[in-house]
Amino acid sequence: MACWRFCVRCLRRWQRDIFECSGGLFGGRKTSLPEVSAVSNAESTATVRKTALNAAHRRLGARMVDFAGWDMPVEYPANAARKSGGLIAEHLIVRSSVGLFDVSHMGDIRLHGPQALGAVQHMTFNDASKLAIGQAQYSALLYDKGTFVDDVIVHRLGEEDFLLVINAGTREKDYNWVREAAKGFDCVVEELSDKYTQIAIQGPNGWRTLQKLTDVDLTTIKFYWFTHGTVCGLPNTLIARTGYTAEDGFEIYIPSDVATSERVWDALLAAGEEFGVLPCGLGARNTLRLEGALSLYGHEISDTITPWEARLDRFVKMDKDEFTGKEALEKQKGKGLERILVGLEATGRGIPRDGYPVLDAHGAPVGVVTSGSPAPFLKKNIALAYVPPILSNEGTVLAVEVRGQPVACKVVAIPFYKRPRRAKAAE
Amino acid sequence: MAYPPEYKYTKEHEWLAVDGTTGTIGITDYAQNSLGDIVFVELPKVGAELVAGKTFGTVESVKAVSDLYAPVTGTVTAINEALATSPEKVNSEPHTAWMVKVTLANPAEVDGLLSAADYEKFVAEEQ
Repeated sequence: MACWRFCVRCLRRWQRDIFECSGGLFGGRKTSLPEVSAVSNAESTATVRKTALNAAHRRLGARMVDFAGWDMPVEYPANAARKSGGLIAEHLIVRSSVGLFDVSHMGDIRLHGPQALGAVQHMTFNDASKLAIGQAQYSALLYDKGTFVDDVIVHRLGEEDFLLVINAGTREKDYNWVREAAKGFDCVVEELSDKYTQIAIQGPNGWRTLQKLTDVDLTTIKFYWFTHGTVCGLPNTLIARTGYTAEDGFEIYIPSDVATSERVWDALLAAGEEFGVLPCGLGARNTLRLEGALSLYGHEISDTITPWEARLDRFVKMDKDEFTGKEALEKQKGKGLERILVGLEATGRGIPRDGYPVLDAHGAPVGVVTSGSPAPFLKKNIALAYVPPILSNEGTVLAVEVRGQPVACKVVAIPFYKRPRRAKAAE
Repeated sequence: MAYPPEYKYTKEHEWLAVDGTTGTIGITDYAQNSLGDIVFVELPKVGAELVAGKTFGTVESVKAVSDLYAPVTGTVTAINEALATSPEKVNSEPHTAWMVKVTLANPAEVDGLLSAADYEKFVAEEQ
């Protein structure tokens, strides 16, 4: 086997000889590692950043990888203490019970002040005015041309107080863009990313795990709502019922000093022990979100892709008076699309991977895979890909070129996986 | 996991077991551990000619694809069919879950491969 390394943007090892990084789909964007800014508690070096849980991951024996400039766990091994481990076990435990993720590399931007709502409405495509205090929504920042700066989760902390959770690889870009977009609005823009360790507790037993460590009745928090409460003795902790796994779960935001971060991480592992909790790396995070067909920046969405193409229509509120990118989206809607996101399931033997060409029934190239992988829960090889709309109907037979050979695929409905409805108490 | 002392190794992390003029090829514990959960192994057909240093197949984990490189030149006489349905055997028993058997075309090539001790040293430096 040749020496391998990881593609920074797509979580995938690739070989220097035969693979091209999937970066550069649709126009050759460069992988830009974020510039290093002054970091408060999280460790930092000139090239690689570390979360406060870095040492904890290494103690667990995690395989670490450079992800968007961050030294992050991609998977944890099986060892004496944890009989199972590895990407597939981590993926499955989140579907069946509970898994723990360090997602402190995600960024946080707070906007507050008399015109914070106006600023958020101006810079995002969803309608933040519809949010109650304590509610969150999926949204995105667009350029004037209607393509993505990034996708974000908007949390309404107060009438005129919002928290935007953004992607790791786009932190600096997003912050600069948000500051620029907020000009002319009477509000303060704060970069809080390094102040928080963000831990995701995901899976149907996520709430049972976290419940042991908090005084908040978690069953009262609905999906995509949040509250503040005491977690592990830390008062006023933001507890959100959100995640990126297509499963029920919570994300908590705690102070980013190493001692506190490790104390809470260890407490969660202990609390989840009776449910078989596993620490989970970015590998499982990627396959979990792919089964749920959740977009990943740099793959399904980017600065050359619009929300219509990415099939995020339901989040785009065109009845809003104005938001950045709206005119371009109106224009594109009138013109029609040249490509659209589809789900593919391989029917032939082979695994579609990021960047592989999509072929029509005659073998002509018609598109490209943006994310492709074996799906550990569904036990199928699946992919998200861009193809012309005429080839996007469910059941359409296509192929993905896997190392020069066509592997038969068919277009299937997305998401590939939908979590089952559970008892009301757990909802 | 110990590297069998009777095997020979490549810097690309394959192992070779030699019995007369028959060579058996697999990937090492280090390789399977680096790849993670293996889900797919693509092998040549019986009769295919392997050339030392050239690719002869691929092995895929959930998150990675890697080429297999032939440690020696030779003709494929058997492939491990069991890996088509149980590729995870490469994770659990890397040094017995062989991939192909070949008839060595040039047995002298074997001398150019690493001993278990040298391979172990090489892997230690890689980590």
